Amino acid sequence: MSRVSGRDRPQISLLFDPKVRSVIYQAVLLGLVGLVVYAAASNAIDNLARAKIASGFAFWNHTAGFEISQTLIAYSSQSSTYGRAFWVGLLNTLLVAGLGIAFATIIGFIVGIARLSSNWLVARLAGFYVESVRILPLLLQLLFWYNAVLKALPELRDSVVLPFGGYLNNRGLFLPRLDVAPGFDLVLAALVIAGIGAVALRLFSRVHQRRTGRRLPVVTVTLVLILTIPALVFLAAGAPVTVRYPQVGRFNISGGIEILPEFVALLVGLSIYTAAFIAEVVRAGIVAVSRGQMEAAQALGLRRGLALRLVVIPQAMRVIIPPLTNQYLNLTKNSSLAVAIGYPDFVQIFTGTVLNQTGQAIEVVALTMAVYLTISLGTSFLLNLYNARVALVER
Amino acid sequence: MNRVLTLLGIAGAAILITSASIAQTLNTVKTRGSLSCGANGQLPGFGLPDAQGNWKGFDVDYCRALAAAVFDDPNKVKFVALTAKDRFTALQSGDVDVLVRNTTWTSSRDTQLGLNATGVNYFDGQGFMVRKALKVNSALELNDAAICVQQGTTTELNLGDYFRANRMRFKTVTFASVDEALAAYDSGRCDAYTTDASGLYGVRLKLAKPDDHIVLPEIISKEPLSPFVRHGDDQWFDIVKWAHFALVNAEELAISKANVDEQIKSINPEIKRLLGAEGNFGEQLGLTKDWVYRMVKHLGNYGEIFERNIGQGSPLKITRGLNSLWTKGGLQYGMPLR
Amino acid sequence: MSHSTVSGGARGGGIGAFVRDERAPALPAPAATIGGFGWLRANLFSTPFNALLTLATVALALLIIPPLVRFLIIDAVWEGADRDACLVSEARPVVGACWAFARDRLAYFVYGSFPIPERWRVDVFFVFLALSIIWILRIDAPRRDLAAWNFFVVLPSVSIVLLSGAKLIGLAPVDTTLWGGVLVTIVVASVGIVVSLPLGVLLALGRRSTMPAVRLVCTLFIEIVRGVPLITVLFMASVMLPLFVPPVWTPDKLIRALVGIALFASAYMAEVVRAGLQAVARGQYEAAAAVGLGYWQLMRFIVLPQALRVTIPNIVNSYIALFKDTTLVFIVGIFDLLKTIEVARADPQWATPVTSTTGYAIAAIFYLTFCYMMTRYAMRVERRLGVGLGR
Repeated sequence: MSRVSGRDRPQISLLFDPKVRSVIYQAVLLGLVGLVVYAAASNAIDNLARAKIASGFAFWNHTAGFEISQTLIAYSSQSSTYGRAFWVGLLNTLLVAGLGIAFATIIGFIVGIARLSSNWLVARLAGFYVESVRILPLLLQLLFWYNAVLKALPELRDSVVLPFGGYLNNRGLFLPRLDVAPGFDLVLAALVIAGIGAVALRLFSRVHQRRTGRRLPVVTVTLVLILTIPALVFLAAGAPVTVRYPQVGRFNISGGIEILPEFVALLVGLSIYTAAFIAEVVRAGIVAVSRGQMEAAQALGLRRGLALRLVVIPQAMRVIIPPLTNQYLNLTKNSSLAVAIGYPDFVQIFTGTVLNQTGQAIEVVALTMAVYLTISLGTSFLLNLYNARVALVER
Repeated sequence: MNRVLTLLGIAGAAILITSASIAQTLNTVKTRGSLSCGANGQLPGFGLPDAQGNWKGFDVDYCRALAAAVFDDPNKVKFVALTAKDRFTALQSGDVDVLVRNTTWTSSRDTQLGLNATGVNYFDGQGFMVRKALKVNSALELNDAAICVQQGTTTELNLGDYFRANRMRFKTVTFASVDEALAAYDSGRCDAYTTDASGLYGVRLKLAKPDDHIVLPEIISKEPLSPFVRHGDDQWFDIVKWAHFALVNAEELAISKANVDEQIKSINPEIKRLLGAEGNFGEQLGLTKDWVYRMVKHLGNYGEIFERNIGQGSPLKITRGLNSLWTKGGLQYGMPLR
Repeated sequence: MSHSTVSGGARGGGIGAFVRDERAPALPAPAATIGGFGWLRANLFSTPFNALLTLATVALALLIIPPLVRFLIIDAVWEGADRDACLVSEARPVVGACWAFARDRLAYFVYGSFPIPERWRVDVFFVFLALSIIWILRIDAPRRDLAAWNFFVVLPSVSIVLLSGAKLIGLAPVDTTLWGGVLVTIVVASVGIVVSLPLGVLLALGRRSTMPAVRLVCTLFIEIVRGVPLITVLFMASVMLPLFVPPVWTPDKLIRALVGIALFASAYMAEVVRAGLQAVARGQYEAAAAVGLGYWQLMRFIVLPQALRVTIPNIVNSYIALFKDTTLVFIVGIFDLLKTIEVARADPQWATPVTSTTGYAIAAIFYLTFCYMMTRYAMRVERRLGVGLGR
């Protein structure tokens, strides 16, 4: 009696069996998706063949022939290929996105905390900043910053001469460049050793704290290690670098490191825009930690700073990380608006000029999507790892 | 389960049906009742909606001329604004019947992209504008200069070729739209601004002090602008091609919007053939005998279209130059209709 | 009692002579803590660091606001027929915003190329839309159950007929290529808003489904769409779609962009809804299952009402993002507000150095107004919900 055998179950149609139904639903769904994909692909092939359009990636190895104003890797319009231009653009995007993420995080945390400040004006201003920046389209903001940067900088003839042979004008910031000379390897080696030392110290300090309850001054020692050891080696090796100073020509300054005004404007615009969103994320995170946590920490005798660092922020991070990831991805994707202010990012170079010149729309757009997808999924993956570390362990 | 499979089969068949070959463009246009024309929505003088939203411009009038030839109504055109990026795909995919969007005729577009250029309706070329204060008299003195450029299809490539050929170095700052490129140039970010010569006329009006800038004499590239159609439909190719020649011939024979009704009674056999009073050339194209008469009646001849949109009758005031008739030292030469 | 009571004055002498028998009048609060000055001190200059922040803030405001006011109002040109009015001249050495240009092109910014005799239809649409929005958003409005039907069913179908026309009832057909300006911006945003919520809910449910294939498809869709920029989605939808479907099926260009926007917005909405679903306690599901509710009943009556309720502010925030993102449709050649401004400023009739800036100022004011209203609404709802939950 205790076991219900198959015969005792009421006879119902197979269609009403949840398991069978589930399988049918899934099969239908997969079938439909497969059919749509297949139909789209076969139609595209048909249509392309009918219109006699060349397809494929042959263009990848053709000479690009256009100039790019900022290249992190060697590139010349005369000999480099479209493939090379792809990488140049990708690196430019990663550069502005990486720096933008760093700045936006810093500004965002400051503003998010400032919104909870006791200074009325600061809290209001932070609120005003967050509200107004969030509701204006980014494109308009980028144009504003670009004009502001260009207006603020002097013309070439009135360049500001900086110490150590640098120049600042509306063509950019020009700094002397350090070229590595033989013997620099030693300095790098010293840096690596200092880094290993710092990691070892950190591990030791963790063990030490667990044993004695005392914290070692890890941060200070690490800084001292990383700064002084390579510096000493550098001096001992006889300063193995050569300096290349920017040269003023008739129209432009060449040589040395060049930081473009377009880059600065894009970086400022993206950082300030995304920071407003991050500020909201941070504020929500801090508000979400119940007040009792702070009070309990203080009751245990932790100073306010330590209580924030050891009790409140780790809990706030749990709420902050997922939406923060989204903001990082948004910043990366938003950097594609660079084309409006003349910064050569990936979309400007590849989905813009390369697409225009080759006319291979499908291939270029598909590659663009693939690149952004890779960046997004990669970032999500890393932040999910971190998120898993800080997440609440539930039953 | 069987029913599900049947449904799936029907859906699949519906998706996979490939019918109505895009080869028969003229028939498609006639059944649709309007011409779908790919145009530039942002280039003053060539293709731009006005304050009431009506499309105006040199390229736009070419589409209207085609509509006039087919329907005897220049307003039976649907204009589709296309950017430099999506224009060829739009034509290839059958989204538009004809592309008249200041597009340069190059070999790769004729071959690789599966398109046909139908004939040069405007001879353009890339030029430079610089500040007078720089005291530059020739593009050859621009070594090392920073150049603001609007992202285009051949603009950046021409720039690269020119500087490479003359062993000069340069820096580009590339923008998506004209206004931003120009604003950057105006604020001193670049030493020179480059675009097609036809565009340089219009942009000067937007500078804070137009008289402080000069256009350099060099034209560094050949930009023969032409309407485009798809490969594989010779009838439609012929119509678009001969529409241009007919308009040029009309100017050559001094047939204008104003006098076309008198001219149709002319005894000149060339005029009679052109306007359809003699022969049946229009019908051979699949149109009516009076197709040229319709175009000229509604829009005027080549010269009138030119002057009204980009010449002396417009704010741009572009001179005819290379686009004069061959009889007046230009390159516009209408092939004979007979 | 008399000892402790303050009684009598110094006049009487005797034992009570040194004891006050009336309350001393309360002294006014120290001058430094009341009134404007006190408020300033407490709120702005409480610590040296705060004082520094305050001063820096004031300096920043002084740096930004006066030039802005000068450009937008004091130096602005209000009247004129063409570009000459907005050029620098002897009489007008400094030229601010060229509002004359905006006035001349206002109709184009609102209607685009919509045929002039038919523009009343657009006005009717705007009014109907505004009324429907007010009806569904006002918490104290009558018959809010009908409001939802009106918003999600009646409004879209009436609007389609009204705007694109129907020969049957005597409305001339208007091709979507003629639509433009604010009209298109509003249409794109509304479609995105109306479609993305239900589709987003379905995707979110699919992503949390127990069926692995459903979960896989939904997750793939959400992650792929969220991982690529909207521009590429629009580009694919608008330019490539005709290549992927048979030639007979070339859908309208505006519809393609709408599909792109709707899919994109749905993927984002799905994540917002999913966050809301996660906030519903597991006990709710178990309790519902215990009383014998099926999957859809469980979702409809128990889970979704709670999930959507807590996530309304986030939903509004994604609507704001969507509203701003509509500006990207101009890349695929659809004349939204920003594109009509781009077109107008390209016209040599108004070619002046300030035309572009004026155009952007118009766009900024438009987006600020609409998004500001949306944020206000989100904040009000957030506050109401906060009260409701007794926090």
